[in-house]
Amino acid sequence: MADITLNKIYVKVWRQNSPKDSGRFETYEVENISQGSSFLEMLDILNDNLIREGKDPIAFDHDCREGICGMCSLYVNGRAHGPDRDITTCQLHMRKFKEGETITIEPWRAGAFPVIKDLIVDRTAFEKIQQAGGFVSVNTGGVPDGNAIPISKVDADEAMDAAACIGCGACVATCKNSSAMLFVAAKVSQFAKLPQGKVEGARRAKAMVAKMDELGFGGCTNTGACELECPKAISISHIARLNREYLVAKLAD
Amino acid sequence: MSTIDNKIPAGPLAEKWSKHKAAIKVVSPANKRKLDVIVVGTGLAGASAAASLSELGYNVHAFCYQDSPRRAHSIAAQGGINAAKNYQNDNDSVYRLFYDTIKGGDYRAREANVYRLAEVSPLIIDQCVAQGVPFAREYGGLLDNRSFGGVLVSRTFYARGQTGQQLLLGAYSALNRQIAKGGVKMYTRHEMLDVVVKEGKARGIIARDMVTGQVKRFGAHAVVVATGGYGNVFFLSTNAMGCNGSAAWQCYKKGAWFGNPCFVQIHPTCIPVHGDQQSKLTLMSESLRNDGRCWVPKKKEDAEKLQKGLIKANDIPEEDRDFYLERRYPSYGNLVPRDVASRAAKERCDAGYGVNNTGLAVYLDFKYSIERLGKKVIEARYGNLFQMYEKITDVDPYTEPMQIYPAIHYSMGGLWVDYNLMTNIPGLYAIGEANFSDHGANRLGASALMQGLADGYFVLPYTIGDYLANEIMTPKIDTKAPEFDEAEKAVTGRLQQLFNIKGKEPVDYFHKKLGHIMWDYVGMSRNEAGLIKAIAMMKELKKEFWSNVRIPGEMNNVNPELEKAGRVADAIEMGILMAQDALDRNESCGGHFREESVSEDGEAQRNDEKFTYVSCWEYKGEQAEPVLHKEDLVFENIKLSQRSYK
Repeated sequence: MADITLNKIYVKVWRQNSPKDSGRFETYEVENISQGSSFLEMLDILNDNLIREGKDPIAFDHDCREGICGMCSLYVNGRAHGPDRDITTCQLHMRKFKEGETITIEPWRAGAFPVIKDLIVDRTAFEKIQQAGGFVSVNTGGVPDGNAIPISKVDADEAMDAAACIGCGACVATCKNSSAMLFVAAKVSQFAKLPQGKVEGARRAKAMVAKMDELGFGGCTNTGACELECPKAISISHIARLNREYLVAKLAD
Repeated sequence: MSTIDNKIPAGPLAEKWSKHKAAIKVVSPANKRKLDVIVVGTGLAGASAAASLSELGYNVHAFCYQDSPRRAHSIAAQGGINAAKNYQNDNDSVYRLFYDTIKGGDYRAREANVYRLAEVSPLIIDQCVAQGVPFAREYGGLLDNRSFGGVLVSRTFYARGQTGQQLLLGAYSALNRQIAKGGVKMYTRHEMLDVVVKEGKARGIIARDMVTGQVKRFGAHAVVVATGGYGNVFFLSTNAMGCNGSAAWQCYKKGAWFGNPCFVQIHPTCIPVHGDQQSKLTLMSESLRNDGRCWVPKKKEDAEKLQKGLIKANDIPEEDRDFYLERRYPSYGNLVPRDVASRAAKERCDAGYGVNNTGLAVYLDFKYSIERLGKKVIEARYGNLFQMYEKITDVDPYTEPMQIYPAIHYSMGGLWVDYNLMTNIPGLYAIGEANFSDHGANRLGASALMQGLADGYFVLPYTIGDYLANEIMTPKIDTKAPEFDEAEKAVTGRLQQLFNIKGKEPVDYFHKKLGHIMWDYVGMSRNEAGLIKAIAMMKELKKEFWSNVRIPGEMNNVNPELEKAGRVADAIEMGILMAQDALDRNESCGGHFREESVSEDGEAQRNDEKFTYVSCWEYKGEQAEPVLHKEDLVFENIKLSQRSYK
């Protein structure tokens, strides 16, 4: 696993001190980066340099650094989570970049995700959508045995495919309409495939879609870009299921 | 005998919890509405507790440092969750799960707590299924199970390699439902910086809004700390970057005892360190040991060639491979508990048989199971883990063996709590990984998720009522009280002090230094001289930190360096206490290996005569040494024996 070292790269990054600041790009040089390092480790090194130079380091969201918490959210060289498939930014490695390359880093750009500082955006809108209906209405205790309701393996697997969503927002950032349909579909579809979730399926689909619309996310025009950039490769077939759930719910009104 | 009152009820083991539940007080619905509870942390323990307490009618105020409760590090748990369902008819039972957990913890956990954990475990599975957690299923539609290290039955429930994620999203959905109903007020991007104690009781917290930088006061009738573990004291660990033990440390400094700080778990299957630019380590689920075989070359010259990159793993013929776990532990083989597997890997690498360019790695090989079961089966079981491995290392584990090495993973130690999960400060509770209570000196795989959810769904919601029943006459906590003034002043004073140092080195410089000291002297193998040296080094590091750290940016804006600085300042102090505890415990047990306490065949040697106790450390001020109290562990049901996985 010995890796080559990149002698020098250039990082062109969005700097914005506060939500009200207009923001601008700044370019920095970074030297001696092992290609085995992760992209965020490269940013750590850049920040270390900036601090030593008496400058303000670049603020970016990150936490688990293993592709599951959904915190990291960088738009790298024009792509959500950078130039690779099925990964989050924290799983992106420097072996995807070349000597002397200029790497452009932007925050998620969407009206519903305002910038807080530099590359950090506010994704509270996602929380509000989940609070509107992303749950099965059961309290703790008094539930039946786990094996009381058999669920076919196919359905359970499909529910799991949808449930793999990490709530990062790459779908919104990628979509030209800033639509949150894939995010909403993932939750609605997970529950639609399970008997536990079906009971309040209609209410859920309507409430989550209404909240999404209210919060300023755009509509879906079926470009399929979200599926391509989703780090968990969640299929747009879930959007089709959401549309079906929503339509049936509306027809029943 | 110790005089510490751990509130463990009398009576037969199997009846303790039900008798206790019947004996403790219950708060009426009308009074619950008047009571505020703060829950800090929204991982499995915190989210499940916050949701359940709100369902019962309490006013809950929940806090997390991330931008969403869903991002807590429980999300990263891969392998599964144990429960004594006996769905596989393999003679599992509550007693067997209890026994395995006590034995796996090397007889350093309380019988009563562990039995209760096993007893409520089946309820957790039922609850999660009802929430819509998509557990893996058999073709017949029933729940599937797998086995895990340290046990001989299949009792682990899982959702692909993302069990923690799915369980956390279940708890998160329950929490969201309560937020929408108004029962939980959720504060994201808020970090607890102190606990407020008034008239001897926990009455609130001081937290910093990580967006505006504002330091705020929050009052409540009880405070629940569910802030996870302190593995990041080691800098490199499988914890998330933001994970920290600071909340627990603030409680300790306000008088709460810290239990067994030296008990940390070193997980055997992590991706090896690639170099000095590394920021964290990635775990490969222990479940991989079900189908992967651990080996290193038999011949030292082969190992040397591998280290130099002259040959590859597949070039080594079958007869020259040393399947060291199967050789040393024929009955458990690759499924020995984590501490045993970690030490065995270190032993081979220290002896010069390690692979990778560093010599600090062993192979985990799937060739044999792919030959036996086919690639499709292996892909279905571990596909996402294999993908993760390939993304990080650029090596395809279907054709070349994985390289793995042990890394810091979990903290068994934590805030000392009684049977009610309350610390020695009345009204201050600690649940999940943040407390010390259930895993002894070593945690079994798939038991962290079980404990977090057991505490949050089925234990705390009952036991907190016993305390709050006496608080129904206490009015809303007044955050203008002098105790809040004082705590807030101390917090802002410390933040200002950090800014004023204006030194030369960034926070990470100190964190990495701390990590090296901890890994070298307080890591997988410890001895008296090394621990004494480490304590001196960390005391020196603390001075250096407080005179030479550089905090950029502004106080009243997003400032990750300021956040890290506070955590690292605490971590240095935590490291010192961990080393002090390791020094006191001159025995090898679980994850704590003292070189002075080894059997003739090189295995860890416990010393039950001298060390069958919980170490409870009491803070005595900045200048004084902490005081050690000992809670004797009483075993009425299990006979202590040296663990053997041979």
